[in-house]
Amino acid sequence: MKHVNKKSVKQEPRWQTKIAGGNFVDKFHAYRNHHAQALFSSLGRLVASRFSSAMTIIVLAIAISLASGFYILVTNLQQLAGNLEASNQISLFIKDEISEARTNKFANSIRQNPDIQDVKLITKEQALEEFQSYSGFGDAIKALEKNPLPVVIQVLPKNSLENEQALEALLDDFKRSAEVDFAQMDMQWVKRLKSIMTIARRGVTLLSLLLGAGVLFITANTIRLELHNRRDEVVIAKLVGATNGFIHRPFLYSGFWIGFFSGVTAWFIVTTIMLILKQPIETLSRLYDGAFHVVFLGFAETLALLFISSVLGVVGSWIVLHFQLQQLKPE
Amino acid sequence: MLKFDNVSMRYPGAGDVLRNVSFHLQRGEMAFLTGHSGAGKSTLLKLIALIERCSRGQVLLDGESLNLAKDRQVPYIRRKVGLIFQDYKLLQDRTVFDNVALPLVIAGYGHNEVSRRVRASLDKVGLLGKERKYPAVLSGGEQQRVGIARAVVNKPPMILADEPTGNLDPELSAEIMHLFEQFQQVGVTILIASHDISLIAQMNHRILKLDHGQLVAS
Repeated sequence: MKHVNKKSVKQEPRWQTKIAGGNFVDKFHAYRNHHAQALFSSLGRLVASRFSSAMTIIVLAIAISLASGFYILVTNLQQLAGNLEASNQISLFIKDEISEARTNKFANSIRQNPDIQDVKLITKEQALEEFQSYSGFGDAIKALEKNPLPVVIQVLPKNSLENEQALEALLDDFKRSAEVDFAQMDMQWVKRLKSIMTIARRGVTLLSLLLGAGVLFITANTIRLELHNRRDEVVIAKLVGATNGFIHRPFLYSGFWIGFFSGVTAWFIVTTIMLILKQPIETLSRLYDGAFHVVFLGFAETLALLFISSVLGVVGSWIVLHFQLQQLKPE
Repeated sequence: MLKFDNVSMRYPGAGDVLRNVSFHLQRGEMAFLTGHSGAGKSTLLKLIALIERCSRGQVLLDGESLNLAKDRQVPYIRRKVGLIFQDYKLLQDRTVFDNVALPLVIAGYGHNEVSRRVRASLDKVGLLGKERKYPAVLSGGEQQRVGIARAVVNKPPMILADEPTGNLDPELSAEIMHLFEQFQQVGVTILIASHDISLIAQMNHRILKLDHGQLVAS
């Protein structure tokens, strides 16, 4: 008794020292084979219960494709906004009664202004030509007796004039000019678009977090069911000395497969949707200046998609294993 | 090999299931644990397999205190104890070979070693040649022998059996008990819980008798 107490105070038991026999190479192969076995047997189980696996994977894939679909939508819009970035230009619509000579003189006078970088005069004819080629209303325009389009002077202020008040002041100056019918700063709607984009980007982030959490818990619930179905196996493995790591492994691999296949399916969903939308979008783009092209999920984005969905699958199953395995006590 | 030192076990709401139990099993000793239903036989075995922890006292296995074992050490302790159950607890969707191999796979043995040991173990229980069969096609006696092969395949120094012959007829039961004696002869410590008094009486081994949680004979 005395001896026992002394021992119990002094040292920790030495259980962990004695593990399997056999040489190191054999054991290493055993470890590797066990991982491979867990990897493929979990895949095998997934295939064996293909109906329920397919349902789970499709639900997850829809959630993932919603998140990545919105992401790619915003990426496309960003590209559009990116094209418009440079245009903080001011368009001056010249009054109809102003003569060509006076318009030229006015344009030159603007060119003298040290705050102005560039001035471009678009004559009625040029405007008509441009309008005919891009708007698709060419024939309708031709039917008109008189060219209805005004002369436009496009003014690009210097970049130094970034601050808003200076631009506003410049705009007000133009508005007061006798030659100008109407002055419009293009930047305003670009600015609006940009703030909408900021909201959209943030929205996508929030949506992705929410859907990611959904994926996490759906996976967790799937693994919980599997754990429940294989309860006997887990209990027996525990009784014959399986570590938690050993018991976790096949379930973590199941989670990985579920996440991975959901990612793959989501990629196909997003790509299919983009392919369906590609043609009408490109047609629309051609009707403008053709600068816009549909962006698909790139290589890095595809890898990220697969990586994130696999990780969500693994983490989801880990959560369940962590909390449920404690309760699974052998009887 | 196994020592109980004033061990008590109290389940919340159920009172003391074991009261001040003390005994000592020497290495290579074989003993029966007997007593009426609810006397605490299963609880006593659970304490050794660390399925439960005792409320008071101390359980020593192979000179080490089980009270001090941390949760992460429990699997390694269980590898020292071969467990045998009344309902065999075999995996029905795995072959006999895979069932017996489980403890070795868990312990991380290589394929060759697993194969060699499983066959040796099945040979000992007289089931060599049935590796590819599934438990469902085996008789009760054969299934229990698969359970025994699984319990000894890892060469544990201690075997615990909870009513191993509970589902078997007297003839098969005697066969199983004879098998345990063979393991005892090679130095394995064996503790068998059983209420089959007539069977136990035929065999000349130590008997630990529990009565309402107290050890009344040892």
